[in-house]
Amino acid sequence: MGDTVQKTDSVPVIADRTVDEPSPAERARKRMFGHFGFMFGAIVLLTIFAIAFLAPLISPHDPLDQQLARKLIPPVWHDSPKASWEFPLGTDQFGRDYLSRLIYGSQISLLIGFAAMLISGVIGTALGVAAGYFGGRVDMVVNFIITTRLSLPVVLVALAVVSLVGNSLWIVIWVLGLLIWDRFAVVMRSTTQQVRNLDYVAAAQAIGCSTPRIIFAEIMPNIVNNLIVVATIEMAHAIILEAALSFLGLGVQPPAPSWGLMIAEGKNHMLFDPWLVGIPGTALFILILSINLLGDGIRDVTAPENRN
Amino acid sequence: MSDTVISARDVTRTFMISAGAFRGKKPLHAVNGVSLEVQRGEVLALVGESGCGKTTLAKMLLGLLPTTEGTIEFGGTPVADIERLKLASLVQPIFQDPYSSLNPRKSIGSIITLPLKVQKDPDPSTWRKRAEEMMELVGLAPRLFENFPNQLSGGQRQRVAIARALINRPEVVICDEPTSALDVSVQSQILNLLNDLRTELNLTYIVISHNLAVVEHIATRVAVMYLGRIVEQKDTERLFNEPEHPYTKALLQSVLTPDPSLDVPDTHLGAAYPNPVDPPSGCTFHPRCVNVMEHCSLAAPRTINSGDGFVECHLYDEDSGRGRAVS
Amino acid sequence: MSDRILEVENLTVDIPVGGGMLHAVQGISFHVDRGETLCIVGESGCGKSLTSLAVMDLLPKKAIRGADKLALAGEDMLGAGERRMSDIRGNTMGMIFQEPMTSLNPAYTIGNQMEEALKRHRNVSTREARDRAIYLLEKVGITAAESRLSQYPHQLSGGLRQRVMIAMTLMCGPNLIIADEPTTALDVTIQAQILLLLAELQREFEMGLILITHDLGVVARIADRVAVMYAGQIVEEGTADQVFNRPTHPYTQGLLDCIPIPGKTDRSKPLGSIPGIVPSLVGRFNACHFAERCTYGTAECTEGNIDMRDAAEDGHRYRCLLDPETCNKNAVREEVV
Repeated sequence: MGDTVQKTDSVPVIADRTVDEPSPAERARKRMFGHFGFMFGAIVLLTIFAIAFLAPLISPHDPLDQQLARKLIPPVWHDSPKASWEFPLGTDQFGRDYLSRLIYGSQISLLIGFAAMLISGVIGTALGVAAGYFGGRVDMVVNFIITTRLSLPVVLVALAVVSLVGNSLWIVIWVLGLLIWDRFAVVMRSTTQQVRNLDYVAAAQAIGCSTPRIIFAEIMPNIVNNLIVVATIEMAHAIILEAALSFLGLGVQPPAPSWGLMIAEGKNHMLFDPWLVGIPGTALFILILSINLLGDGIRDVTAPENRN
Repeated sequence: MSDTVISARDVTRTFMISAGAFRGKKPLHAVNGVSLEVQRGEVLALVGESGCGKTTLAKMLLGLLPTTEGTIEFGGTPVADIERLKLASLVQPIFQDPYSSLNPRKSIGSIITLPLKVQKDPDPSTWRKRAEEMMELVGLAPRLFENFPNQLSGGQRQRVAIARALINRPEVVICDEPTSALDVSVQSQILNLLNDLRTELNLTYIVISHNLAVVEHIATRVAVMYLGRIVEQKDTERLFNEPEHPYTKALLQSVLTPDPSLDVPDTHLGAAYPNPVDPPSGCTFHPRCVNVMEHCSLAAPRTINSGDGFVECHLYDEDSGRGRAVS
Repeated sequence: MSDRILEVENLTVDIPVGGGMLHAVQGISFHVDRGETLCIVGESGCGKSLTSLAVMDLLPKKAIRGADKLALAGEDMLGAGERRMSDIRGNTMGMIFQEPMTSLNPAYTIGNQMEEALKRHRNVSTREARDRAIYLLEKVGITAAESRLSQYPHQLSGGLRQRVMIAMTLMCGPNLIIADEPTTALDVTIQAQILLLLAELQREFEMGLILITHDLGVVARIADRVAVMYAGQIVEEGTADQVFNRPTHPYTQGLLDCIPIPGKTDRSKPLGSIPGIVPSLVGRFNACHFAERCTYGTAECTEGNIDMRDAAEDGHRYRCLLDPETCNKNAVREEVV
């Protein structure tokens, strides 16, 4: 344990030993791999991503290929003569292979979830950070905007807009993105406020840092953890909203294999062919669950470091 | 030959504070007409308790907060006219809390080289070397360059803060309670370091502190603040040996030296610190003053010159008892 | 011995951490008598706060407490369950913490909290509790006591809040008060007032007082006896006079050299300092904990655990292999020229 005291000209070099602590990055990494929810969520989500990415390669059939002759074949685990491994998850009322539709459907859910999350994230974070950093009038204006947004019923507004403007995939994404940014704004605003009053921000100002540099180099890295947690929540939120919109007929249009649409199309056959609703429903459930577990895990893993 | 590095003239800073749910806003004069001049090479200590305005004054001297009234000048030029980066190269802060003054997500090296980056210092390839030289100068092992703040002790972090403040060789360093959050054994190291650096780098210090023992050791001049005004300002030796203002005397009495033969002194200060939004009339110190006279509550005391410094107190104003008009 | 209010023998606190077991408190022993003030002084990480938490049985869940003896006014506390402990806390044993804003509930009035403090432990009417609250608020120097009862903590200044804390601690007439850095967050002039108050109250109510602090000035002025802690151990103990005027442990000596004393410390020379930092307390190590930072250290100092030994005077003990005069002989206390 040698702490040496050497004099270099006027000032002794004292205590060059560091406190026995890992760097923030190492600490986060250690925590990640020990956290069950985080690992489970991450693995499942990555799997679904892989499925979506490799859809053309792993999909046994064309999801849009209608063949009425083979309609309503139950999945393999059913006790029925028609069930076969050719259509492991059965077929729907138009004779389309359900497994293929499920696989391609993951693309739509993930794309919508991700894109809407990005759009709402940019809007909400910009508003929240501005309000938190500048305070005063800027804060008042942003608060007003947030309050206005919160008083809008999201689903109804989405429905109204989509029915007026049309419902291509990208219109749905933009509508959702422009509506679900409120949580980003609120959380980023309060986190920015907390960080803004710390001494290292004042030090950066005294050094002469420009405002953009302070926001992006000093403040953002310290609020990005919260940002990621909210991002996962809103991604799940967007996916569910899309499913709801599609279910109501104002989301993605048939014959696209959106999981919400699959549920909608299958609801009339629910009594006798429940898998038409059960399978996409379960898929949605697993996707949302994994995103939420991942979000919880990130929050736990990046919990603020305690002081010595 | 006076070389005034930084000066303040009648500086006031007012905040509007809400006085209650439906009562609108009232003014709070955090700093209320402060004037001072700091000569090159000096160590001026601003001493006072919470609410006296010393931190607000420090922020204005750093250019982080504009004055409501009055001017702060740097070598003759008003601070408001000095461009942001130029001001940053002239005056730098060292804060009290070594845990919150360093960005936990940045490495020590990037923290110390930030001023170079912001000033667009030419030749970035020399930055690391200069940072490492600075680290040695403040007593930090250069190999800590890649470490993060949470891997350093409180004393080491404060050294990082000092290195960051000094890397661009400013003229004035404003230290806000630089050692209050540190252990006693570390405190003395940092104080010695600050003293050494001052002579080595020809710095001028403004030190804010409530610790009078520390102040006596490192300051050349002391200004005692109470409710936004400087009530007494003198050379350190004179202030400690011949304090004039009753508040100064009470402060000095409250310094608990480690002498077991003495007891805790009774400063007879009585009533608690007044509410700055609703200051007492006349001399704001009068409700707590042992030497209070009748006219103390009626008129604010004038500034009376005393040797090289001054004191604001009716006790030393020959004219005040005679009913002369005072503001 | 009815005068001995607290007796602690061989107290240990271990905390499991990532790299092993942190031995935060390593076998310390101390006692407090009625009417006596014991100050436990040390720097951050020495274990003094954990010591007070251990005595009150308020350690964090992961921490493991051990002791040969832990007795409050003769009653054993080691075996006392949580029910018995919560009867004792706030009753026969009072606690004052550093930050009164977090120990006072912001949602309830002062009067409410003070009355609760008494009614929790005694069968009294609200009227009686209120009267006692007013009596104690006046005792601690708060004017217009009755009107204060209806105020909330945030309406009071830091000094006032700490006085209220003290009054609240006295509601049940404790035998012992443990105060952990009670004045550190307060202004210098208020600190003096609060300390005076504590000393007066202690005399009047004949309580034992344990004051935990890092401020040697405070210790010198109010302690009857002092225990200096370093790295989980008590390295020196004795009366205030013995420890401050004739320190026997190099750490105590080093600390005293670090403090600037107006009128005494030579301004032209650097302050004394203690090089190095506190060693890690994780895992076992057999040696003097201070050896690597000690100016007088010898090879023997790293060879095994060092026990407390007696110095020249009664009651003055220290944990060092050197002669008790070593520190005094080489005393570096400068007198101003």
